[in-house]
Amino acid sequence: MSVRFMALRSSALALALMAAQFSTTAQAEEPAPLIAQGCAGCHGQAGVGEGTIPPIAGFNRNLFIANWEAFRADQRPVTIMSRIARGYSDAEVAELADYFSSLR
Amino acid sequence: MTTITRRHFGSLLAGAALTVAAPAVLRAQGGPSLVVIGGGFGGASAARYARMAYPDVSVTLIEPYQTFVTCPYGNLILGGRRELAQITHSYDGLKARGVEVVHARAEGIDATAKTVAISGGSTIAYDKLIVSPGIGIRWGAIEGYDEAASEIFPHAWMGGDGSQITLLRRQLEAMPDGGVVGLAIPGNPFRCPPGPYERISMIAHYLKQNKPRSKILAFDSKEGFSKQGLFQDGWAELYGDMIEWIPSNQDGRIVRVDPANKIFVSEFGEEHKVDVGNVIPPQFAAAIVRDAGLANETGWVPVNSSTFEAEAASDIHVIGDANIASPLPKSGYVANSTSKTAVAAAIAALRGETPPENPVYFNTCYSHVGPDYGISVAAIFRPGPDGGFVDTPDSGGVSPRGPLSELARHRRLEADYADAWYASITTDMFS
Repeated sequence: MSVRFMALRSSALALALMAAQFSTTAQAEEPAPLIAQGCAGCHGQAGVGEGTIPPIAGFNRNLFIANWEAFRADQRPVTIMSRIARGYSDAEVAELADYFSSLR
Repeated sequence: MTTITRRHFGSLLAGAALTVAAPAVLRAQGGPSLVVIGGGFGGASAARYARMAYPDVSVTLIEPYQTFVTCPYGNLILGGRRELAQITHSYDGLKARGVEVVHARAEGIDATAKTVAISGGSTIAYDKLIVSPGIGIRWGAIEGYDEAASEIFPHAWMGGDGSQITLLRRQLEAMPDGGVVGLAIPGNPFRCPPGPYERISMIAHYLKQNKPRSKILAFDSKEGFSKQGLFQDGWAELYGDMIEWIPSNQDGRIVRVDPANKIFVSEFGEEHKVDVGNVIPPQFAAAIVRDAGLANETGWVPVNSSTFEAEAASDIHVIGDANIASPLPKSGYVANSTSKTAVAAAIAALRGETPPENPVYFNTCYSHVGPDYGISVAAIFRPGPDGGFVDTPDSGGVSPRGPLSELARHRRLEADYADAWYASITTDMFS
């Protein structure tokens, strides 16, 4: 496992924990942009889903994209996100990163 | 024409004033009027999204039932893992967002006058109409299967008031150990492609716990089905030889039922006695859109793949299971995902703007094979280059196959994610 990958994982965890703290208060008044509506069924309008769904709000933009690339390349032990990540173009991932990194 | 202001709209419908002699056209006041028919995965999502994204637009939701019983997770009632109350949802959250919820049945659409006739004799005017009415059952397509037969052989394929899924559950509870549960499963297209197979799984789970000598005979009008390998692996791992799946090329297509004698009859005339029979019948779009002339010869509604506007009428967008949008499956997630593009396209047209460019439609369907055994299929769709819809290449697909000993954690995580998906998407519909 590369140093970069480990750093990515640990910071992702920290951000996930941070985002989880907001899970009871995060309530988007405006909906997510259309490109992110596919995410909303699991991750909510504000990047924080219910139950065990990992929060995706508040990631640093570059980290969000790096995570996405790792999903695409099957470099992360996930159940479904690798299959999903391969369905979005780089430009679309950049839009998703813009939105979800803009949230707390 | 009587015009009724938005302020008085709800109380008028709720009260005895509905008995007004002159036919009234109800028109929401303040901003353009978006009317939504159907308060399920498509319609509730559309209404909520419209209120969030376009606060200046008046949103009226027409839905006959006071609460919504989801089809997803209905199978878990059969497995003894959910109660009806846990899959029943209130419209209070939408009301709090300013959606005018009219509990009436939409009985007709006048695309020229741009009105919807509702039960009780009133009509509601719209500037844009979103229709998400779900499926209708082709009563009689299986000989002997009419509404009365569904009280003996429940379909349990529409949420309704929850009575169908409750009936099927009670029948399973009343069945003696060693009984035979028969399922009749339709050909494509139909609501929720993996649904019958999750149902088989959850019935098997219940029987294994309570009536382990029983059998499940699953008669299918198809030769293959969604997530087939994964389901069949799970059935063998969890339920041994309890489940027998009989495809159409092995005479699995049920063409006649005899509810009084509890018999399924297959295409080649073989009679199968069952103790509990679940007939998932052939379907088409709900009557409201067929009666409005929006469906084609398939019985489903063809739509523009960028706006979901019906091909047969302007200003009417048809989403959810009622449209025909292959390869998009008739799933709750697709209805939720596409509802937002439909709303955005409808409002853009009202404002003289172009519809959203390069829309993306999303689906994930989780299925429970056992309590800690979840599987999934995911797909990302787009409008095709020459109309229609396309699946995004090299993406999506199903959970990995392999022995449970190697994939137990994956299966357990997906079962947990399925529960979390259910909580999340119903929040995105109703909160």
